[in-house]
Amino acid sequence: MSLLGILGWSDIIFVKAWQNPSISEAIAAGAGGAAVLGALGAAVLVTWLGAWRTLWTGWLTSLDHKKIGIMYIVLALVMIARALIEAVLMRVQQAAAVGDPGFLSADHYNQLFTTHGTIMIFFMAMPFLTGVINYVMPLQIGSRDMSFPMMNAVSLWLTVGGAILMMASLIFGSFSTGGWSAYPPYTGASFSPGVGVDYWIWAVTLASVGSTLTGINIAVTIYKRRAPGMTLFHMPLFCWTALAVSILMIFAMSPLTVATAMLALDRYAEFKFFTNGDGGNMMIYANLFWLFGHPEVYILILPAFGVYSEVFTTFSGKTLYGYRSLVLATMCIAVLSFTVWLHHFFTMGQSAEINAAFGIATMLIGIPTGVKVYDWLLTMVRGRIVASTALIFSSVFLVTFVVGGVTGIILANPDVDYQVHNSLFLVAHFHNMLIPGLLFGMIAAVQVWFPKAFGFRLDERWGRISALLWTAGFYLAFMPLYAMGLGGAMRRMRSWADPDWWPWLLAAEIGAFLLLGGLATLLMQFWVSVRNRRALAVPGGDPWDGRTLEWGTSSPPPEYNFAVVPQVDSRDAFTAVKAAGRAYSAPETYEDIEMPKATMVPLAIGLLAAACGFGLTWHIWWLALLAFIGIWGAVILRSFQRETSRVIPAAEVARQHEAWLEMVRGLPQTPRRAGLTPANSGRAEQGEPA
Amino acid sequence: MTGPRNEEEHEELRRERRALTIGAVQALILTCAAFAIPATGLLTGLAALAGIALLGVLQIAVHFRWFLHLDLRRSHRHDLQLVLFTVLIVTLMVGGSIWILFDLHDRMM
Repeated sequence: MSLLGILGWSDIIFVKAWQNPSISEAIAAGAGGAAVLGALGAAVLVTWLGAWRTLWTGWLTSLDHKKIGIMYIVLALVMIARALIEAVLMRVQQAAAVGDPGFLSADHYNQLFTTHGTIMIFFMAMPFLTGVINYVMPLQIGSRDMSFPMMNAVSLWLTVGGAILMMASLIFGSFSTGGWSAYPPYTGASFSPGVGVDYWIWAVTLASVGSTLTGINIAVTIYKRRAPGMTLFHMPLFCWTALAVSILMIFAMSPLTVATAMLALDRYAEFKFFTNGDGGNMMIYANLFWLFGHPEVYILILPAFGVYSEVFTTFSGKTLYGYRSLVLATMCIAVLSFTVWLHHFFTMGQSAEINAAFGIATMLIGIPTGVKVYDWLLTMVRGRIVASTALIFSSVFLVTFVVGGVTGIILANPDVDYQVHNSLFLVAHFHNMLIPGLLFGMIAAVQVWFPKAFGFRLDERWGRISALLWTAGFYLAFMPLYAMGLGGAMRRMRSWADPDWWPWLLAAEIGAFLLLGGLATLLMQFWVSVRNRRALAVPGGDPWDGRTLEWGTSSPPPEYNFAVVPQVDSRDAFTAVKAAGRAYSAPETYEDIEMPKATMVPLAIGLLAAACGFGLTWHIWWLALLAFIGIWGAVILRSFQRETSRVIPAAEVARQHEAWLEMVRGLPQTPRRAGLTPANSGRAEQGEPA
Repeated sequence: MTGPRNEEEHEELRRERRALTIGAVQALILTCAAFAIPATGLLTGLAALAGIALLGVLQIAVHFRWFLHLDLRRSHRHDLQLVLFTVLIVTLMVGGSIWILFDLHDRMM
């Protein structure tokens, strides 16, 4: 047994490309090179900026929920760049490979759709929504932090650990070819003997453990840390969706962890849970995976629903229409999401009555979702609409999501599903749900809360260009897939013989490039906004005439969020304060505030977990064992640390808060219609209550 | 520390200890009863299984009542809701899985 397990020279992607030169291998080596250069480039940039100390003390070791939220979103943006480029590569291959093998090897292509799906779900969508909830929810309920700040950081770094494994697979060895759902027996040891599936197992395990911990954290925070007077029914709708998501995370991530653990036992210890013979049964895997997989769909979509609710109410200048029905619909979706998982395997052999029951349950989910769509539309009716980038993304969502929902109802019918399952119709359907129903929501969230986090607005012009590209790209990339799917095109195909499909494939390819352009212009928007931050500055902290508590504190908010924890008497708490003319009035007394100290333990846990996963993947047992001991050693050492928090004296809080209040009172009031202009000072005009 | 505060804490501690003792005794009795069913042969077959299942459910209730301080009082309403919700979700997940997998099993026969 060698010191590096089964890792050899020829497993390194650059050596592999040297030994068997081909376009496919050259692309793989290029991707590996990009990963290495990206990491080096980031390190050089930080050194050049002289920012290592700031990065370490202010970010990497921070337990501040706001910083953790932002780091989650940065991770999501890095990972979406990789997964989106992979999507473009696949579409280019398909358009080039009509009646021709194309330039990608079959194995490489299979890796691409596997990493694309795995990254988009576990390392783009999940970190993105977790980051937004992390940032916004405690501020909205008037809390100073999450209930378990240290566990929050552990969740983040475990997710980063999984992402490191995904990136490592670009350089060392190759990734799984079994799709994001990794169905055995194909992913068992006999059909997939390499390290690819092991990468998948450990990356997904780390991410799902992180998500379970986050779910617990969010639920406890919402139940225990609300400001005085903030009853559950005074919470902003985003917090309701966060609560529903946390419940889904707690219950739905565990079947996935169990499934990956069982698959690992099959592969490492020759267990027979999911093998073809010897009493194994792969249907147990399919069942466990979708017990997780379906609630996961709602984990992805509900936070975006929360964001849209906030966007529609804020940018219409009206209170949310049908708040109670939206809450009820959210909770109905949360429960119903546990009753429909079988629709992911209608065709796998169970009796017709079971298919019928789950088909009906699936169609039922359309009802609460429909309620939501009408509530959002009615929120906009007769509103004082400000057509910000966030509202544009939200409006595109409304239309596009309904199309996706309708194709979902079609697929919910088992008879139809027998015809189009595993086809591009399905691929079009779930992209049609997830791009508007998740990604657009998260982008809208960034547009809305960026000024809260950094003190200046994002550039509207580039935001609109980005929205246009995302929208056009989405329709061009996925509408052709509906047509092809109905025509019988299966998913995960590297090439087709039928020349009739070439125009559709070409359209999808152009669409994919437009989507990449959408991401590029989004990044361009960040860059332009940072350059123009003086003109875009909103020092008052309330650029959108916001309705909820977070807009009543400074931008960026202090570490402790609120100098004095607000007293809440109604929904739209900050609107009520503004209407009563009590905004920016000084509190009578201040108190000492206790905040958690920074610690490197979560970061260490995440990196050691990645090392452990790498060791397990490559059978480097000493590394895996040392890292595992290291993780628990760090946890135990931490438990001996007595001084885990520090106190910010009342006088210091008072000094900061009074200075900020003084500054805000001196700002001109911005009328609603000037919200998107440089005149926006971040102090909204206190007009008539709406 | 003043006198009354101390006394209050003392009282609280005493009540806590009493609750834990009652819970531990009840849990122990239920555990012994569950072991006693097969050991004494008091019940057999399906009746024995049903008896042990019932004792298991009671055991859960005892744990909730005495160790997790769950009851029908208003201040604990949230905790109760969460437990009931958990029961609902677990029932859906476990019940659904059993339904599906046994159906598949039957059709493979």
